[in-house]
Amino acid sequence: MLFVFLEGFIVQPGTERDPFGCVVVVLEGNKSLSLSVNCVLGFSFSVKKKSSFFRSCRLNVASLALATSPSQSQFSGGYCSIPPPSRLKLTCYATLSAVVKTHESAFDGKEAASLVDELRTNFNTGRTKSYEWRISQLQNIAKMIDEKEKAITEALHQDLSKPELEAFLAELSNTKSSCMLAIKELKNWMAPETVKTSVTTFPSSAQIVSEPLGVVLVISAWNFPFLLSVEPVIGAISAGNAVVLKPSEIAPATSSLLAKLFSEYLDETTIRVVQGGVPETTALLDQKWDKIFFTGGARVGRIVMAAAAKNLTPVVLELGGKCPALVDSDVNLQVAARRIITGKWGCNNGQACIGVDYVITTKDFAPKLINALKTELKTFFGENPLDSKDLSRIVNSFHFKRLESMMKENGVADKIVHGGQTMEDKLKISPTILVDVPEGSTMMHEEIFGPLLPVVTVSKIEDGFQVIRSKPKPLAAYLFTDNKELQNQFVQNVSAGGMGINETVLHVTLKDLPFGGVGESGIGAYHGKFSYETFSHKKGVLYRSFDGDSDLRYPPYTPEKKRVLKALLSSDIFGAILAFFGFSKDS
Amino acid sequence: MSKLEEAFISVIVDRSAMAKIFQMADASNLVTELRRNFDAGVTRGYEWRVTQLKKLLVICDKHEPEIVSALHDDLGKPELESSVYEVALLRNSIKLALKQLKDWMAPHKAKTSLTTFPASAKIVSEPLGVVLVISAWNFPFMLSIDPVIGAISAGNVVVLKPSELAPASSSLLAKLLKQYLDPSAVRVVEGAVTETTLLLEQKWDKIFYTGNSRIGRIIMTAAAKHLTPVSLELGGKSPVVIDSDTNLKVITVRRIISGKWGCNNGQACISPDYILTTKEYAPKVIDALKKELEAFYGNNPMGSKDTSRIVNLNHFDRLSKMLEEKEVSNKIVYGGQKNRENLKISPTVLLDVPLDSLIMSEEIFGPLLPIVTLNNLEECFGVINSRPKPLAAYLFTKNHKLKKKFTKTVSAGGIVVNDTAVHFTLPTLPFGGVGESGIGSYHGKFSFDAFSHKKSVLFKSFLGDSAIRYPPYSRRKLGLLKTLVNSNLVDTFKVLLGLS
Repeated sequence: MLFVFLEGFIVQPGTERDPFGCVVVVLEGNKSLSLSVNCVLGFSFSVKKKSSFFRSCRLNVASLALATSPSQSQFSGGYCSIPPPSRLKLTCYATLSAVVKTHESAFDGKEAASLVDELRTNFNTGRTKSYEWRISQLQNIAKMIDEKEKAITEALHQDLSKPELEAFLAELSNTKSSCMLAIKELKNWMAPETVKTSVTTFPSSAQIVSEPLGVVLVISAWNFPFLLSVEPVIGAISAGNAVVLKPSEIAPATSSLLAKLFSEYLDETTIRVVQGGVPETTALLDQKWDKIFFTGGARVGRIVMAAAAKNLTPVVLELGGKCPALVDSDVNLQVAARRIITGKWGCNNGQACIGVDYVITTKDFAPKLINALKTELKTFFGENPLDSKDLSRIVNSFHFKRLESMMKENGVADKIVHGGQTMEDKLKISPTILVDVPEGSTMMHEEIFGPLLPVVTVSKIEDGFQVIRSKPKPLAAYLFTDNKELQNQFVQNVSAGGMGINETVLHVTLKDLPFGGVGESGIGAYHGKFSYETFSHKKGVLYRSFDGDSDLRYPPYTPEKKRVLKALLSSDIFGAILAFFGFSKDS
Repeated sequence: MSKLEEAFISVIVDRSAMAKIFQMADASNLVTELRRNFDAGVTRGYEWRVTQLKKLLVICDKHEPEIVSALHDDLGKPELESSVYEVALLRNSIKLALKQLKDWMAPHKAKTSLTTFPASAKIVSEPLGVVLVISAWNFPFMLSIDPVIGAISAGNVVVLKPSELAPASSSLLAKLLKQYLDPSAVRVVEGAVTETTLLLEQKWDKIFYTGNSRIGRIIMTAAAKHLTPVSLELGGKSPVVIDSDTNLKVITVRRIISGKWGCNNGQACISPDYILTTKEYAPKVIDALKKELEAFYGNNPMGSKDTSRIVNLNHFDRLSKMLEEKEVSNKIVYGGQKNRENLKISPTVLLDVPLDSLIMSEEIFGPLLPIVTLNNLEECFGVINSRPKPLAAYLFTKNHKLKKKFTKTVSAGGIVVNDTAVHFTLPTLPFGGVGESGIGSYHGKFSFDAFSHKKSVLFKSFLGDSAIRYPPYSRRKLGLLKTLVNSNLVDTFKVLLGLS
């Protein structure tokens, strides 16, 4: 599928599935349009520059590739900018069908480019590099959180029916404490680190100097729309970067609140919010950034990284995965059940990247664990959890349907042992527990990201390791046991972004721990000083004086020089002295 | 037909005569097999890592003459350069890793907070898995083995793809690694574009690439398909700024020459690419360069054995084209001799070539050194910062203010004041680029970190559980939590006692 984003109207679109030989696109006005073309065999295109009333046009690079290799039939990928054309002519050699959609949008490639230009110009003035600028922006974020707590909590309620306590604990207080930590530690973080030098470069001194990367892009997610937007921005600002935030369009109330608050509280010349969906994100990804920090799913993560590759932009990808909780039979049942429940339903109703995705326990212990879960669920959310105000709702009907179809799958529906109620108009699904759903089901393959909790049973607890390792590396893995040996084995043999032993989710709140995935669960880490480092370049700086120069390293290269240098480089002082005096172990 | 062309053809014949050509199935079988070995835990133990590192040391100790001779075949590299920049530096890297590996591997304790009390936390380094190292032809041993040291130290299984442009080194690496290292976990795949493409289609847990930014983009795009993290060690036009207060006559120019022509004849990613100095000072710089170049390489540098040759005809022609460009060829103030047969170009200095010429827009990667003159030295910041970020930036001055401004204002992978290239030898400095000059860094502990995942682990017991974090959420809980988070003890007690 090709996507061609053009500004303006389409005049002669082809209709879906209608074969035709030629598509001529003429543009005018100030709207954006997306034209997707299905190409069955191959086609070529030409772009003519003529009139001036068209502002910009962007063509998929894949279509450029297609023009040179018409034998290939399917493409997807990023975009490249071309000069403003008046007509885009697609000539088809075979069957070609096109779907044309127009949508109102103020933000396109041209605006994205001018935004980045403007921010880069402002970055280059050096204003974001000073300690004072960074501190003042961080203080403004702290002030914003204090003053607008109510508005933020309301927006989160509007987007997700997020309970106030969850909003406070997971989003507001977490963000605020990150901000306070940055304010407190910034001077230390910014200070160059002096490192040791060696005999080779003697006499000299060396430092590692942190410098900002430049203009960075933060693309955040809808599930913790405040935290996941502001926390990376705190890192970007601490490190002295200019930053553009693209909040998720799936949490629109928070997105527009962020846009409003940022322009009210922060330096608009260097910190911006761009709201929007796929076209806006595409326009942004088309620009050259000095870092892209993305939170979301692995599929889009791949698109982000591929787009970043064009400009050699480093990325941080904060993704998710199926986070397991392995429960041994020696646990304090009530505490384990409660902590699993907070890590699942008490965490945005399972819509969290580090939420518990599934439980593994032994066949014998499973009934006890399930009973404990049921009891605690009732204590927490009452007899009728669909009415509970202490649970977030499902974010939208797309996700509601996705979860519903997971539950209704053949061989899954009959495995429900608790819950299973749904309320489509309110986007509610009650806390649901399933036992031993088929390994091949969607539920056991995809990240659930909702209130469904399958329990996988194994004959002995160690078999749980194999279950976890047969799947892509998760963002978090949890273990409940008092058995120290099992704890050690788990830490050594299970690979995951992070781990909680006898706990879920809370490792995220520790600023001393790097938070990030590995493998399918992501690239890079942040939180606390790691956020600062993720948005910094560590520049090695070596200072030398003009003293202490020796002929040794310079041509003409004589055997003596070689001997001395080799001895010096292997830091064998005795050998160096021997070599200096013309003795050598070889001769 | 030149000797070189003959040699090239004989290589082609050799390759086509090989019984087995590396194919898609080979690439995927290789990775499957290695992944199985990694999963079996072969590489995780401290002992395995140490054993392999020690074997690498044996290679350096026992096979230096072969390595020197392979490097001579591939690049006409002078023996001293080979012994020092490739073998001795590698030995240092290995020894450092052997000495510090226990420390590197030890989990790092982290602080916990009131929210998670009572608890302990640590950061555990774990190997990433099966990693791919693609190295370059200019320092074919150093740039192959150095990342492999990092990969092994961190406990990974590793495939090395040396550059086909240094065929003697490539096949020697294949031979030596096979002979000394654990074949179940360390492999060499030789080859060119086809083999590299097949390798890149596989799923790796890290790709470490040394080379240019064009291929770097291809590598990262391929890595994106599998969400594979990358280290890209690229290059760029590394500038040298010379102030008029330096110890020019001997030390400054010597250090420039040694980083340029004495460093694989300019074919190094951290070689000085161009000089920035003032109009008045430029003639003095040129005089001093001429004098020292003659002292180093004699009156006939084409005959000197102390510089490498150009690696191949492609690169020779690329450099010739740069030199022959209009408005450039008449700017040569020293050198300019070429011999296509021997792939030699003499040390060449140019003055005031146009800024939009090929030689000033692309990385030179060869023995040509243009000097760009400025009205005052402060203009250097504009020139450097208007270009893509280089891998290194050098400054020669005694002026402390200028040093400070330079290290603060100039963005580059690394910076050296009053010398060139030597920062590469310091394992305490992270070596790597920024922007167009690369992603990620290595050397010393940074190599270990580049091939490790830092796993955060929080330990708790079943004690100290409080109902406050659990639903149903009441006003009182929220109030208590808010005060707890703000850590005001008096308020906390008030809420606990129901006074607020």
